Amino acid sequence: MIQQRTTSESKRLTQKIGFSLLGMVAALTVLPIIAVVSYMIQQGAPAITGEFITGFPSDGMRSGGILPAILGTLYLTLGTAVFSVPLGIGAAIYLAEYAPENRWTRAIRIAITNLAGIPSVVYGLFGLGIFVLFLKLGTSILAASLTLSIMTLPVIISTSEEALRAVPNSFRVVSTSLGATRWQTIKRIILPQSLPGILTGIILGLERAAGETAPILFTGAAFFLPRLPGSPMDATMALPYHLFVISTQVPGMPIKIQYGTALVLLFFVLIMNIIASVIRSRARAKRMW
Amino acid sequence: MNIIEVEHFSLSYSDGTEGLRDITMGIPANQITVMLGPAGGGKSTLMRAINRLNDLADVISMNGRITVDGLDVNDPKTNLVELRRKVGMVFARPVPLPLSIRQNITYGLEVAGVTDKTILAEVVEKTLRDAVLWDEVYDRLNDPGVALSGGQQQRLCIARTLALDPKVILLDEPTSGLDPISTAKIEDSLQMLKQRYTIVLAPHSVQQASRTADFAAFFLQGELIETADGKDLFTRPKDKRTQDYVEGRFG
Amino acid sequence: MKEQTPLSERIITRSIQVAGYSSIVFVLLILSFLIREGAPAFFEVPLKELTAIRWYPIENYFGILPLILGSLIVTIGAALIAIPAGVGTAIFISEVAPQWLKEILKPLVEVLAGFPSVMLGFLGILIVSPSLRKLLELPTGLTALTGALLLAGIAIPTIVSISEDAMNTVPRSYREAGWAVGATRWQTIWGVTLPAARSGVLMAIILGVGRSIGETMTVMMVTGNAPVLPLKWNSLFSPVRTMTATIASEMGEVATGSTHYHVLFLIGIILFLISLAVNITASAIVLRHPKRAERILS
Repeated sequence: MIQQRTTSESKRLTQKIGFSLLGMVAALTVLPIIAVVSYMIQQGAPAITGEFITGFPSDGMRSGGILPAILGTLYLTLGTAVFSVPLGIGAAIYLAEYAPENRWTRAIRIAITNLAGIPSVVYGLFGLGIFVLFLKLGTSILAASLTLSIMTLPVIISTSEEALRAVPNSFRVVSTSLGATRWQTIKRIILPQSLPGILTGIILGLERAAGETAPILFTGAAFFLPRLPGSPMDATMALPYHLFVISTQVPGMPIKIQYGTALVLLFFVLIMNIIASVIRSRARAKRMW
Repeated sequence: MNIIEVEHFSLSYSDGTEGLRDITMGIPANQITVMLGPAGGGKSTLMRAINRLNDLADVISMNGRITVDGLDVNDPKTNLVELRRKVGMVFARPVPLPLSIRQNITYGLEVAGVTDKTILAEVVEKTLRDAVLWDEVYDRLNDPGVALSGGQQQRLCIARTLALDPKVILLDEPTSGLDPISTAKIEDSLQMLKQRYTIVLAPHSVQQASRTADFAAFFLQGELIETADGKDLFTRPKDKRTQDYVEGRFG
Repeated sequence: MKEQTPLSERIITRSIQVAGYSSIVFVLLILSFLIREGAPAFFEVPLKELTAIRWYPIENYFGILPLILGSLIVTIGAALIAIPAGVGTAIFISEVAPQWLKEILKPLVEVLAGFPSVMLGFLGILIVSPSLRKLLELPTGLTALTGALLLAGIAIPTIVSISEDAMNTVPRSYREAGWAVGATRWQTIWGVTLPAARSGVLMAIILGVGRSIGETMTVMMVTGNAPVLPLKWNSLFSPVRTMTATIASEMGEVATGSTHYHVLFLIGIILFLISLAVNITASAIVLRHPKRAERILS
């Protein structure tokens, strides 16, 4: 009896120590994130003024604003969306609604996981090889957007496919039994029902594209432009590349501007993240099945 | 006069479940045909073969012939959309589409290309009346279909099927999840509907089968054991297995 | 049946099918363009020189060994940090933390996942590297260790979310069985939950570490970019240069079609093959334990 109690007590002690260790590991992992984000806000917030957001860089980027970089990232993100959204949703619809379970479909899935795993700098090489040089698009918003689109594709496909598959199969059966063709069923029932999930996937994919630097290094990013890009065939400044430039390539860069730029980029990414989770939770609350 | 003819029809799924073996039977027009038998006997499979809903499942082989109103359903030239409009179906679990009550009813017509608002409105009222649901929902047609109770949902599903003005209505255990009052309402409406439509019903109990049947067929493990007019299948079964089943010895 | 479908629907269906197959086309295109631009390197530089230990392209030294080892040392360093931190955090979130804490921890890990790699690099330059230099009294804070620390930040979110998912899919009844025979929660975690979730956790590690091999901006900004063979005992505390950083920092300055250009694409092929190997390994694990892991990979 006494023997038993001591073992169970020592067990409980082990558990206590174990749990505390795990808690420490989790804290060590998570606390730096909080610390870093608050430090960035503290350091960067004073830099963020109306002029910073809407102005052009001056004095070798050491003062002035970052408007060209902000707009450039916006252009690149929208350009990426133009190509990757229709293609990604189309592919997801194919996989969820049409594809038979055969060797070809397995090949498509393998291809998608591979696309997801290819390093971003390799996408940059590919974009340089095919879009900039082979198709002669030059370093341009178009070439960079195309490169980013292919990189974004797997994220959009897999989240959209998951959203489509979550729609109960009984809707498909009922709609078909009422004389709807497969596409009518998809257009009228399946897509509207899975839209929130698909939107979430699109935003998460574009969030990644907006923050990437390596794929646009040789395909469309400009070190410094005194004006805004006039067409998709122009190169552009972009927030992530600009952050890279001002933190490694420009000597004597005021720290405030660096943190300010980083904060704008973080805001860009976080806002997309937040929109995605709001869509997700609102859709979950409204869902009829 | 048979509206549906099934001739030596066999079917198997890739996973080996609930196939059909060499079924031959006719389904008389404007009557209630009851397909009886334990679960997995092949009733649902046969129903889904009649309107080709099996296309959504993984069918690996199919032999024999099924005709509906003279139309060979498995003929590659058959227009499936037309066939499914001719053969409506109501399922065991009521599944309102994620649309309003009104849209649930007009869905079939809209995908068929009907856009005339007055026609659609007429159909909504008429079919809801036929399914004995109008009085309960006429003032909230824009509410979502899922907001209705289970019994109401099932009647909505029947109304939705009627909207396409089919020749045949297949009902696969339509009252299995419902209370006795809702069940009685649906059985009553079936008696009315058979004036205009051919009804094929997989009942959820032998009692329901004997209450409703004008013609009955007993299925067991993918085979058709016997068919009989009126209530004969329940009072004078020819096959021992049929007798055991209707007397409740298994199933 | 096909003849009956209206033309517009047939066009749509065909477009959807084309979109479906596009991923295969893109993988093949990527591979063929990498080969097209990278294969000439084999004809221009003898294999012996490619595998040599000196990378100094201006004088035509194209030994990529230091770059491969640079990638390797940074990645191993990152793995050593990220695996215990990631798996530990995942266990804590999934098995120990109360609900309210979970709901704080999970979004925070997601925030880290959303960090652009250039931002980690930026923080590395301004915060991590000066602190390390002071702490360890190094001549420079831009070292392999700095890169490893920050790359761990790239790998951790992947490891946490996939392993946590894997542990969540272990049925509650398994745990209850553990408690029923008198095991503590602590023993149940190690004796029941983790073994049951091991393929998912293993995949999390492979994918997380795999991601960090291909990471570019962070390592380029904080590892000091010195293409030296990192074989000495203190290599972890010296500058190194990875394959990804080499491509990123040199591609902008080379002449298209030059030998240097071709060799950089050759490095791209190596990276492509590594990511392929990582994926094949991860899918092999999925194949062995299909049910649980399928949901996670897709």
